[in-house]
Amino acid sequence: MNDMTRIPSDGVQLAIRQWGEHNTVTLLLVHGYPDCSHVWDAVAERLSAEFHVVAYDVRGAGASSAPQAVADYDLDHLIADMGAVIDTVSPGKPVHLIGHDWGSIQSWEAVTTERLRGRIASYTSISGPCLDHAGYWILNRLRSAAPSELAQLVRQAMHSWYIGAFQLPGAAPALWKLGLDQLWPKMLERLEGIEATASATQTRDGVNGIKLYRANMRQRLFHPSERRTDIPVQLIVPTQDRFVTTDVLDELPNWVERLWRFDVAAGHWLQLSHPDWAAERIADFVGFVESGKEAARLQRARVRGPRKRDSGKLVVVTGAGSGIGREMLLAFAERGADVVAVDIDTQAAERSVELARLLDANAFAYTVDVGDARAMEALAADIEQSLGTPDIVVNNAGIGMAGAFLDTSVQDWQQLLHVNLWGVIHGSRLFARQMVDRGNGGVIVNVASGLAYTPTRALPAYATSKAAVRMLSDCLRAELHDARVRVVSVCPGIIDTGITDAVRFVGTDAAEQDRRRAKARALYQRRNLKPQAVARAVLDAIDHHRDEVAVGVEAKAGRWMSRLLPGALQRLARLDVAH
Amino acid sequence: MNSDNTRLQPQDLQRFAEVQRLAYRCAETVAAQLQPGMTERDAATRMQAFFDAEGVDDCFHRPFAWFGDRTAFRGLIGVRALGGFNPAFYPGLRRLETGMPFILDCAPSVRGYTADIGYCGVIGENKLLDKLMDDLLEYRLLIVSMAKQRRPLAEISRAVDRLCARHGYEPRHKAYPFETLAHRVETLPDDGKAGHFSIARFGLRNVTELARDALQGRREGWSPIWNSGARSEHPPTPGLWAVEPHLGFRGVGAKWEELLVVTEDDAFWLDDDVPHVRRWQQRGLWPADAADTNRKAA
Repeated sequence: MNDMTRIPSDGVQLAIRQWGEHNTVTLLLVHGYPDCSHVWDAVAERLSAEFHVVAYDVRGAGASSAPQAVADYDLDHLIADMGAVIDTVSPGKPVHLIGHDWGSIQSWEAVTTERLRGRIASYTSISGPCLDHAGYWILNRLRSAAPSELAQLVRQAMHSWYIGAFQLPGAAPALWKLGLDQLWPKMLERLEGIEATASATQTRDGVNGIKLYRANMRQRLFHPSERRTDIPVQLIVPTQDRFVTTDVLDELPNWVERLWRFDVAAGHWLQLSHPDWAAERIADFVGFVESGKEAARLQRARVRGPRKRDSGKLVVVTGAGSGIGREMLLAFAERGADVVAVDIDTQAAERSVELARLLDANAFAYTVDVGDARAMEALAADIEQSLGTPDIVVNNAGIGMAGAFLDTSVQDWQQLLHVNLWGVIHGSRLFARQMVDRGNGGVIVNVASGLAYTPTRALPAYATSKAAVRMLSDCLRAELHDARVRVVSVCPGIIDTGITDAVRFVGTDAAEQDRRRAKARALYQRRNLKPQAVARAVLDAIDHHRDEVAVGVEAKAGRWMSRLLPGALQRLARLDVAH
Repeated sequence: MNSDNTRLQPQDLQRFAEVQRLAYRCAETVAAQLQPGMTERDAATRMQAFFDAEGVDDCFHRPFAWFGDRTAFRGLIGVRALGGFNPAFYPGLRRLETGMPFILDCAPSVRGYTADIGYCGVIGENKLLDKLMDDLLEYRLLIVSMAKQRRPLAEISRAVDRLCARHGYEPRHKAYPFETLAHRVETLPDDGKAGHFSIARFGLRNVTELARDALQGRREGWSPIWNSGARSEHPPTPGLWAVEPHLGFRGVGAKWEELLVVTEDDAFWLDDDVPHVRRWQQRGLWPADAADTNRKAA
């Protein structure tokens, strides 16, 4: 298994541990600060069934020896160490490199220098940008001096305060020696929610590693050089990382030809908090580089153009073939998301996908009846299998129905609830399950209606179905809170979507139904509130963490009246507005 | 609707077709001259200069040019108050850039015969515009086939609205005055004068004809303006209609405009030899059975 060996390199002894069969593809794991190679244990175990996995203690850390001079910790020495390890564990074949934090910083150096050319087949970077790229990023922002870009600088600086603190003589090493080493596992548990055991070498790792900062930061950040690579790079970005912000990474396509990116709602120590997920991403990527077969999930992750707000996210929209659904799909597509259009009408879904692709999005069409449990189960399984777990699901599909309660047949009710309520139930239960299992949060958007607030004798069945959607969302929001899955309910007012052409007016003959449809259409057109308004409101609700959003003054008024003047609302409900 | 207009003679149609070709030649010529940095006013001025040199003596409206997201009638230009009469309509100072869509719209009259055309393009490439221009074919086929069946104009207009909804486009002609999908074009008397008045860039004589049509139509139950409204709930009235479906998607708009000939029992496009038809033919989109949109055999 992982018997430790020591090899000499450039005046130090490096401790190497190995897992798995040696005669297969080799993965090299490089740890960060203030860790040692044990930080990889969980991931290495998982990968060892398939690969030859190697982790080593960087100079100064774990069981490797520690030179005294700060200069001995510069990137040239670190790269020499890495070269020595590669030559020892995989003399004939290039290795797949995986770096975290400072391990990632060194690995960027490794994949962009001539020195290790041909020795590295692929690189997976977690939470550690290339210092030179960061240097250029800072320079670009200082040069542009645009307020938004300077704000990015300030934000990064606030996350990187410790880098400056580490330059102060004495302070940081003293902290480690005065008990931070003992506190460290507890701090990880409190701050990051990770269960860590105290490492025997924690003090040493903490103290020596500071020299990494002192030897490299100033030089690289303030005098960067252009570093490019044609090695395939997989970027794993924990979006809740307290120590590294993601802005710097958005310029990576300038430096890396072949880039894949996964964003994950996790903290800095991803390999401790999500070892299964991390191992899966590494195995997938290495498998692709070795075989050339790019799974749909990886295809989705490939970085093509400039980064947009929702790049890398997967968004599923039901009823996406028209109206509000199509506009939501396109709005997410414009923000860079990969979008899945679900509709009962195949042609309509495909048309929406065509439009989304015109907006440079990855887009996929599925035909399904949202009220059909089996069909929805198959859909959810298929999406998870081929594209991954959605980040955002919009349960939008719905149909209209007007007419008196006493004219509404059992069949009418079944038809309406099948789509308007069961569709939302299936979409919510199946995708919420996936989101909870993934442990990465997510958003479920359920489209209710302004009529969820306002009783009316004109549309009793429809209003009931939408009120149910709203209550379902409220309950679900409470249940999913701990899993960081948010539930947003949307209550649009009178939106000109063409829904009026399909509304059923129960208890009327064909001619009367046509007359009422024409009347409703005229009303909706006069109101002239577009589906784009709903899409904008939903994006706004997602961005600003709102639980519920009413669109249009009529919906907002209904919401307030339902709270303040329920009696008046009940009297208004007696008006038959559909006549 | 002048009584003689209901029986347009072949030589009249010939003259209308000649003016329409002149108008398209103008748009193509000016489009070929467009360079990044030019303004909408530059383009409109060039079109007018072209017409001045070609002996154009009047107009339905003086040339319009829209660049960039103004082609989609976004922002101020899309304001529909006052029935859509909106100064933002007029050529402005927007400068053309590479990849930016443009629309040229002109309506010259020569010796009493008027055309009204719309032409769109881009310097470089714009895939949204390409898609819109491809899809505009369906509108041309739909409108003429329904007009042949003498479906009420409002019904045709609503069918256009539905096609827009199905495509996912906005019907931007609804931002035109009176939400005009099409308007009538009448024959004017040939008074031999070299120039005629225009008010607010609209040709006085043509607009007067339209107003006269409107008055007469109100008495007789038809409208010279073709839109989805109740006034258009009547079969196509014989004569010439300048039809101008204008689609918008995000910041890109596209249109064509050409004359539809309506007779007592038929409807057909005045001329198939127009740039957008040639474009569809080149791209292999032109349907093999397009013949059924042509004029019925005599």
